[in-house]
Amino acid sequence: MSNRFKSRYDDDINLFEGRWHLAQYAILAALLLAAPWVLGSYYLGELTAVLVWSLAGLGLMLISGHTGQVSLGHAAFMAIGAFTNLALMQRGWHFIPALLASAVTSGVAGAIIARPILRMSGIYLAIATLALSIILEDVAIMAEPVTGGVAGVFAPPIELFGLAVDRYATPRAFYYICLAVLVLVTLGYLNLLRSGSGRSFLAVRDSEVSARALGVNVTRAKTLAFSLSCAITGLAGALYGHLAQAVNYESFLVLISITLLLQVVIGGLGSVHGAFFGAIVVVLLPQVIAIARDYLDNAAGIKIAAYPGMDTALFALLILLMVIYEPRGLYGVWFKVRTWLQLFPLYRKGMFRRTRTYLKTERQR
Amino acid sequence: MSLLQVKDLSISFGGVKAVDGVSFDVEAGEVFTLVGPNGAGKSTIFNLISRLYEPSAGQIVFNGQDITRLPAHDVAGLGIARTFQNIELFDHSSVLQNLLIGRHCRRNTRWFEELLFLPKVRRSEREHRLLVEEVIDFLDLAPYRDKLIAGLPYGVRKVVEIARALASEPKLILLDEPASGLSVEETQNMAWWIEDMQKDLGLTVLMVEHDMSLVSRVSDRVLAVAEGHPLAMGTAAQVQADPKVIEAYLGSEATS
Repeated sequence: MSNRFKSRYDDDINLFEGRWHLAQYAILAALLLAAPWVLGSYYLGELTAVLVWSLAGLGLMLISGHTGQVSLGHAAFMAIGAFTNLALMQRGWHFIPALLASAVTSGVAGAIIARPILRMSGIYLAIATLALSIILEDVAIMAEPVTGGVAGVFAPPIELFGLAVDRYATPRAFYYICLAVLVLVTLGYLNLLRSGSGRSFLAVRDSEVSARALGVNVTRAKTLAFSLSCAITGLAGALYGHLAQAVNYESFLVLISITLLLQVVIGGLGSVHGAFFGAIVVVLLPQVIAIARDYLDNAAGIKIAAYPGMDTALFALLILLMVIYEPRGLYGVWFKVRTWLQLFPLYRKGMFRRTRTYLKTERQR
Repeated sequence: MSLLQVKDLSISFGGVKAVDGVSFDVEAGEVFTLVGPNGAGKSTIFNLISRLYEPSAGQIVFNGQDITRLPAHDVAGLGIARTFQNIELFDHSSVLQNLLIGRHCRRNTRWFEELLFLPKVRRSEREHRLLVEEVIDFLDLAPYRDKLIAGLPYGVRKVVEIARALASEPKLILLDEPASGLSVEETQNMAWWIEDMQKDLGLTVLMVEHDMSLVSRVSDRVLAVAEGHPLAMGTAAQVQADPKVIEAYLGSEATS
């Protein structure tokens, strides 16, 4: 597969590199479409959660992975999306316009906040966005008419094409809604990445000074990236509201922001796949730990349950290992495995040796 | 009228006058070189022209338009492209991607059109690609087209940076030390490419360079600067023979 000859410019422009690539994704689509009929309702719920967190991860990936601006405040935009959606639906809005409205409100909120906040970079930006997340926790309690105060809001059932969709009553329909939103957003994301805007994001990430010299309005590119990122995260927040059925300020604590960042780092910063891989880890790891704990309790008689905080510790360990051994995250691992398969038996050990980087002018950031 | 006019340009960082009253005109179609010892303010002049720095006094006129207060991101669209002394490429993208970013200032699609990838976007992507391919042919970069910058040797990166500047269809190209760190052979190639840019593409080249053999081979005119002041202007030979220039490089003769 690695020796595919390109004969037209469209070969580089198209989303799929040839038939085999398309076939792979067709298989994946078929599996995802068939999943509700194979999985039990518990695991279907988990898979739906993976989809929702993938969407949130995509949002953060856009600003942190592809535009290079770290954000520790994305839970705030999930909250804006969720509360907008639920509040509007409680006032009689239909699900779809309310969903679009949550993308718009989070996007606009993002654009307004982006101007002052993106003047900062690195650790200062991380702290500023962290503050944003903390402030929003309080705002969520105070803005009682919209957010229901401390008690929060309950998700009304979704009505779609005359069908009442509820996460528990009709988990399959809800799964398909999440899948549809995720697929549409992913396609839009990929479209951006293969055209001018996406390239300007990458330019800003890798060298702001030469991006400027090449005609990229850096402030505008960052604002657009941040705003789109917030809009996607807002969509994820809205879906999360329906997934959790009830949300209050506690649903979007700073910890969620941090988990999201962990998710994109573990998945692999700067790759669309990474958002998905990260979501799988973030959602399923607690399950794996729980299963392992039960197993150890029953079979081996080791009382792991006596040690609280195992999930967090494992997360921490995982991220440490990732940063040290595989900075490109799970996507990096996957990429190597794929290359090994494609080149078999010609893969060489040194192929992914990190290459030396040359000095950059730090002064002209 | 000259393509680029720099009048009494000055900038100071804190108390240091990095550039102090420098004036020169670059005529359309010539190769104009700035030489001078380290810290003379050559790169600062480049950063002033590409509007990365704000001049404290003076005026920059390009193609009859005053660009002294223009935002940096509008400079490329007017036809001024540049390279950097320490190579500022986008390391995690391929050569092709880098050159396509070079087309950014000629972009004619909006983000929401790109989000939907309308037929218009595909057409414009093809057009950009066609022009980028011309640059790739011009600089013999075809073998590296799909390679990531992070894996390329230093000499190739230098050429890719020039290619990225050319992709923006400039009238004036600013080359900041194009031959620094290159081998003798690569410097030779660089000289050919600079000559080709001037003769085949009809570009105006403004260059900072230390390698005097390259400077005397390609430059039509040379301006020597030291400590932010202009010293001497003329052909490469004239400037090299100027006593003030020799003094700036080697120090004045010991007087006893």
